Amino acid sequence: MRSSDQSLLVYFGPNEKSSETDRTPLHGKLLLEANENVRKLLQLLSSKPITGVRNLQPAYCSLLVQFDVQKWRHDELEKNLQAYLDQLQEGALPEPHLVEIPVCYGDEFGPDLNGVAELHAMTPEQVIRLHTSTTYLVYFLGFVPGFAYLGELPEVLATPRHATPRRKVLAGSVGIAGHQTGVYPCETPGGWRLLGRTPLAMFQPSRQGLSLLSIGDRVQFKPISREQFAAQLSEAGRNPCA
Amino acid sequence: MCVIEVRAPGLLTTVQDLGREGFGPMGVSPSGAADPIALRLGNRLVGNAEGTAALEMTLLGGTFVFGGVAAIALTGADFGPSLDGIAVPLWSSIEVRSGQTLRANATRSGARCYLCVGGGIDVKPFLGSSSTHLLSGLGGYEGRGLRKGDLLRVGVGQGSFRKRTIAPKNLQRLQPRKVLRATPGPQCEVFPDTAQKIFYGSTYRIAEESNRMGLRLEGMPLPASAQGEMTTEGVSLGAVQVTPAGLPIILFVEQQTTGGYAKIANVISADLSSLGQLRPRDEIRFELVDWETARRLFIEQERLLASDELIVALD
Repeated sequence: MRSSDQSLLVYFGPNEKSSETDRTPLHGKLLLEANENVRKLLQLLSSKPITGVRNLQPAYCSLLVQFDVQKWRHDELEKNLQAYLDQLQEGALPEPHLVEIPVCYGDEFGPDLNGVAELHAMTPEQVIRLHTSTTYLVYFLGFVPGFAYLGELPEVLATPRHATPRRKVLAGSVGIAGHQTGVYPCETPGGWRLLGRTPLAMFQPSRQGLSLLSIGDRVQFKPISREQFAAQLSEAGRNPCA
Repeated sequence: MCVIEVRAPGLLTTVQDLGREGFGPMGVSPSGAADPIALRLGNRLVGNAEGTAALEMTLLGGTFVFGGVAAIALTGADFGPSLDGIAVPLWSSIEVRSGQTLRANATRSGARCYLCVGGGIDVKPFLGSSSTHLLSGLGGYEGRGLRKGDLLRVGVGQGSFRKRTIAPKNLQRLQPRKVLRATPGPQCEVFPDTAQKIFYGSTYRIAEESNRMGLRLEGMPLPASAQGEMTTEGVSLGAVQVTPAGLPIILFVEQQTTGGYAKIANVISADLSSLGQLRPRDEIRFELVDWETARRLFIEQERLLASDELIVALD
């Protein structure tokens, strides 16, 4: 699928051929399979780069491939990519890293915790227990540097985003939207429902690897107290992204 | 070594080069000059490699005091620049002596003026680029726009001053456009004919809230068509996404790397520099072109930019 005169989109999943007409979002096993293929293609293209491919942007079930117009035409590059797609099932993905993210839930850290609990007729404690009950997959990083799209949320926690986004969401805020959850790496506007905040820096220029999370990682949230939050925040130092 | 003191920063002045490419998997968009053609030409006028870091001024320019000898060039929009109170030309190299003050005023045309300096603006690169990414506070000068009192270091230039300019007929061919040519977006088929007619037939106004992340457009809304939530996917530079309110947003250099709105069109590569010169309240239109035309226009533009005849040495 052509995205612009210098990029194309490779789609995976049952609606890969008709993404523009059937845009029903994937869930569950289908989404996992599609995303696994995205990660495999990204891995292949990173280990055997195509000259003139300038950037790759993975997402849930697609990979945006940006290329040098002076080197490639869409159809020629598509043919080249097909050779990679044909090898996709041979490649294995590396063992995922498990990253634990401490979160102070509720109060000023998670201004939407009570609202989300009310929406689902639960107590805030139940929401916290559910949010920390699962290990999430990092489907991809996007939106802003270091923002990891994590999923899937337990079905009972799935919550639509705010109709009107907040003008300012603080760095480290942990939110949910639809079947996804994520951590805001820096202060941005945002429409996700905020359950808590982590003292960890998600994206740090001084750190090797920069982003705390990489595509394919697994994430486990762990509840911490206000005191632990304050202690870990001073330990981590100022979030340069804030 | 020359140091530039920021006496007044202007509305928004940042350090920019041609951006950092290839960090999509980390969610990092390239950033870089909003009008890369102006940046590239300015650098060539002062003898730099065309991707050297320079200052990008927005709508209202700044005042800068030079602490040493330097070759400079002002390119892009006309901010009525002067050196020690005497007007200086755009698109030409100028020799600046130690202690001289360069002042750029409010724009008379376009949105951005570049101040290129022989040797470039010396900041610590982040992911291989000196470009400022404002939203995340990364790159450039402390990840932010310049403030009064900031001191900018200048890199080592290319030796003795050369007087250079750009031939007017070539400059004419690189003029920013108000009719933006576009190719169909990846979801263009969810927009019915009525929406396409409005999109390509009407005039849009650049909204005040536009910035380096995106240009918001005001005008006739497109009929609600793309119902429901779309799966988030990677978005290209110049993508024209349509919000639930039916108004288009053109994603720009500091764009979010992924998005969930349907995209009706994508501005062609040859017209991306023009986006950098659009001011709030400017009026634009879109013109659909085929893929082969988009490609040809870009290749012709690059050929012109690479040609030896573009820059004229006057000494």
